[in-house]
Amino acid sequence: MRFSYFPGCTDHSTSYEYGRSTEAVLEKLGVELVEIEDWNCCGAAATHSLNHLLSLCLPARNISKAQAAQAGPLVVPCAGCFNMLKRTEFAMKHDEVKRQEIEEIVQFTYDPSLEILALIDVVLNRVGLDQIRQKVTKPLKGLKTACYYGCALVRHPKITGLDDPENPQYIDQIMRAIGAEPVKWSYKVDCCGADLALTYGNIVQKMVGKIVSMAKEAGADCMVTSCGLCQANLEMRQDMALPIFYFTELMGVAFDVENRERWWRKHVINPKGLLETLGLG
Amino acid sequence: MKKLGVFICHCGVNIAGTVDVKSVAEEVGKVEGVIHSTDYIYMCSEPGQQLIREAIREKGLEGVIVACCSPNMHENTFRKAVKSVGMNPYLCEIANIREQCSWVHQKEKEKATEKAKEIILATLEKVKANVSLEAISVSINRNVLVIGGGIAGMTAALDLAEGGYEVILLEKDQALGGHMAQLSTTFPDLHPALPDLYSKALAIEKHPRIQLLCCSEVEDVKGYVGNFELMLRKKATYVDWAQCNGCSRCIQACPVEHVSEFDGGLSFRKAIDLLYPKSIPNQPVIHRNFCRYFIDQSCKICEQICPEKAIRFDQEDEQIQKKVGAIVVATGYELYPKEQLGEYGYGTIPDVIDGLTFERMLSPTGPTQGRIVRPSDGKVPKEMVFIQCVASRDPDRYMPYCSRICCMYTAKQATVFKEQVPEGQPYIFYMDIRSDGKGYEEFLQKTIEEKGLLYLRGRVSRVFQDDGKVRVLGVDTLTGKMIEVAADMVVLATAIIPRDGVKELAAKLRATVDRHGFLTEAHIKLYPVESSTKGIYLAGCGQSPKDISDTVSQASATASKIQALLSTDQLLQDPLIAWVDETICSGCGICVSICPYEAREMDSQRGISVVHSALCQGCGACIAACPNFACELRNSSSIQTLRMVDTFVTAGVRE
Amino acid sequence: MLPHRDPIGQSPHSFLREVEKRSGENLNLCYQCLKCTVGCPTAPYMDIRPNSLIRMIQMGRKKEVLESSAIWLCVSCETCGTRCPNQIDIGVLMDALREMAVDEGIHAKEKNIHLLHEAFIQSIRRGGRVHEATMLIDYKLRSKDFFTDLLPGIKLFMKGKIPLLPSLVKGRGEMKRIFERCTKAK
Repeated sequence: MRFSYFPGCTDHSTSYEYGRSTEAVLEKLGVELVEIEDWNCCGAAATHSLNHLLSLCLPARNISKAQAAQAGPLVVPCAGCFNMLKRTEFAMKHDEVKRQEIEEIVQFTYDPSLEILALIDVVLNRVGLDQIRQKVTKPLKGLKTACYYGCALVRHPKITGLDDPENPQYIDQIMRAIGAEPVKWSYKVDCCGADLALTYGNIVQKMVGKIVSMAKEAGADCMVTSCGLCQANLEMRQDMALPIFYFTELMGVAFDVENRERWWRKHVINPKGLLETLGLG
Repeated sequence: MKKLGVFICHCGVNIAGTVDVKSVAEEVGKVEGVIHSTDYIYMCSEPGQQLIREAIREKGLEGVIVACCSPNMHENTFRKAVKSVGMNPYLCEIANIREQCSWVHQKEKEKATEKAKEIILATLEKVKANVSLEAISVSINRNVLVIGGGIAGMTAALDLAEGGYEVILLEKDQALGGHMAQLSTTFPDLHPALPDLYSKALAIEKHPRIQLLCCSEVEDVKGYVGNFELMLRKKATYVDWAQCNGCSRCIQACPVEHVSEFDGGLSFRKAIDLLYPKSIPNQPVIHRNFCRYFIDQSCKICEQICPEKAIRFDQEDEQIQKKVGAIVVATGYELYPKEQLGEYGYGTIPDVIDGLTFERMLSPTGPTQGRIVRPSDGKVPKEMVFIQCVASRDPDRYMPYCSRICCMYTAKQATVFKEQVPEGQPYIFYMDIRSDGKGYEEFLQKTIEEKGLLYLRGRVSRVFQDDGKVRVLGVDTLTGKMIEVAADMVVLATAIIPRDGVKELAAKLRATVDRHGFLTEAHIKLYPVESSTKGIYLAGCGQSPKDISDTVSQASATASKIQALLSTDQLLQDPLIAWVDETICSGCGICVSICPYEAREMDSQRGISVVHSALCQGCGACIAACPNFACELRNSSSIQTLRMVDTFVTAGVRE
Repeated sequence: MLPHRDPIGQSPHSFLREVEKRSGENLNLCYQCLKCTVGCPTAPYMDIRPNSLIRMIQMGRKKEVLESSAIWLCVSCETCGTRCPNQIDIGVLMDALREMAVDEGIHAKEKNIHLLHEAFIQSIRRGGRVHEATMLIDYKLRSKDFFTDLLPGIKLFMKGKIPLLPSLVKGRGEMKRIFERCTKAK
């Protein structure tokens, strides 16, 4: 299986461990990721907040690079980047005038057949649970996970078209396949407030506090997410020391991939202790 | 001693949640004469009825008491059940331990249980002395009177006539249509009102089984269901409609003009005129109060110009006697009087009008041919305010109820305004929007979406005139802002109230009205089209505010009910009526004067008073009035009643 | 005219039309069920709640809307738009309002949020990709707010999550063109 790949700016910064675990796990699953040439920032909240056209054109340039790569559907690990790219795709597909404007600015011809997929979608629906189960050598027995989806992956559903926007199950399904025990809880799509992380720490602290305490109350040992912004925000703005994993990291544990120590080192809340108590160190 | 059976219903938890039914059944079972006493979750259900039937068969019961809900609900059910196994149905009685006990004593369970027992014991006393009776058979007249020629009366009349019944359709005004004839379009499909109305009116005019009497009223009603005797008054029209060819020359020639009420004061009409152009019937009427002939004999132009010699200045009111089996009351509505709406400037500011007047303005056949203009200066209004709930939902000063049609017609009117004046801005002050009919919410959302109507949530405090504008002071509670609109024109959705004179008509029909004057139905849910008097039926806004769809549905329902009633030529009536002990009656005649149903009359030959069994409703007034104790109510004799009272009283003493 | 009352202008709809045009959302559809506001994670901190904001747009209250803190406190989580029974995407509406406020030269009520977005965009303009370290310094300089909330940044830095060297896009010409065109189009 071969996909073109958009790592996003945080790949080598705030979500370093997401990037490395993704590479390791997908290699195990026999998926080839072809990083698209000279990709640029998706634009994030800043552009869609201040400059709508720019927020469409920046992702469009990446789409043009993915088209050029001819390496299959475009896979995006970060939920935030995924959402931006999907917004552009939506505009290109539903607004003829906008599409022409974007094509003219970015100087390419849009190919609507290029699929834009979230990494979680690829792992669950392209690779499949059977494949995943086969690779598990170290089932995550006893690990109770609160699967957290946040906003960007599932909302707006007309844009992302993924899963159930109120009670998504993608991460939960993968967790079950690798032997973990996802808890039932009601805050999996509540916003963590990452957009305000650098400007309104007090508000964000409350938002994160609520989510993390509810995960704990539901009996979770940790939270699992697929969004770089959520992961960083949830780790930094809580005082409950609840480890926050990327789903690929836990898959890596279950597949027993090498050199996991370098992921754990990057966590503000080090999850090693938790894993060791369950014999998963 | 009669062998009696008692059956106590739980009514789910309605009774059993308050009354200890098991202990009551046990206690009652010990009473002398009661050979069977049991309880069941729903006595009215098929297995419940089966319990009763089996007990009658197996134990040879001679009287049955079902302790359950009000006899209004299931007396008939249980009487049919006992009849099916050979017991006379009048040997079965209901002891009401739900409405009169468990529902009203929910917090006093022990006392409620005691009371339930007493109610049953008292009813036992009644059943012990009950005798077998047979229903009274009465022959009936199968014609129907429909009062009111609006859409409700028209629909009922047409349905009945199509069903094969002879119908007299009575209209107070000179033509059919009622308020629907004033409307421009109707919601939610925005169809013009007149074509829909015409299709029914034409069918009525041509129908061989409908006799249409316009300018007519009910003068007197005697009799009872199946046999009403009517005295109708057909007022003089001063035009011989049989002669008139509808050419309208008299109308064009008439020199007198007066303000048209039909057009809400926006136009003038002649002293001889039609109600509206192409009305049905299409013959004119001379309005006596305005006609110069009737004022000072100074003008006879119409008579001179009429090619058919149809003018009859000497015509007089006509009294018509009729007999019918059932009566439909479809008297309709009017709007709340404008004189009493001071804060809205209604009646003092010319550019403040009501919804019906605005309808006339929107009507292509109306005073402005459908153009929206300010009444004061004829200019096209730009800023247009609509105010909902004017005099509705205001229990303190006006009417407490919702008038039900205003939300939708206001949305419709604002839409039509926006279509006609695209640069204009409609503002709608509302309390909440009620759009419960089929397709209504969708219509409403569509108009808001497409027409940019600005809905402002809040009541208007005052409307006044200033600087050529109509100033509307209100609030938008959604933003918490006080609001002032400098409007060009204001349309008020004023409350619907019953037609003037309905109270008097109801009295003649022995029907009842509620405190607002709306006719009351026999049961709001189970008998919604029957009045409280048998044979008198309801349709349309005379009963409660409703829109055209609901009115037509109700009118058809009424027609169906009447068709069922008149489907045989004999009516069976309950025999629970008064009877006279001829050996005691002194012929004093007090009962005749006191009977509200004219069911008592003197037999002059024998010198005693007799009971007209078809008229008697079993109210008991004559029994209470009789100084000689000569009359009794069947199966509610004085002795039965006293024993029942005794049971309650001694139970109280026992405590 | 009574001074304590707010007169409604001749055409409250010009602002409404402008907002609808820029956002592509049909705000007439709103029937004030408040589903957006009750689900909004930052509504408790807003000066005008989302439903009221729509109401005020309908009533032409341009100044109050564009000067509100609400438009900046929206975190674009899209909970509102996902649940709106009338298909109004309030998140997109908020984007349009922010953009309008900036175009109109209105000082953002939430200055720092605006400045952070600016710093972020500048960072992309410079290198094609966001470089956290310079972006944060830029933001701190712009906001002159040097000491608030330093701790999270320090935590990340200590974890080696804020690299000092930026990763740059090679197609500088393409990026320049995009930025120029997207800024000029306004």
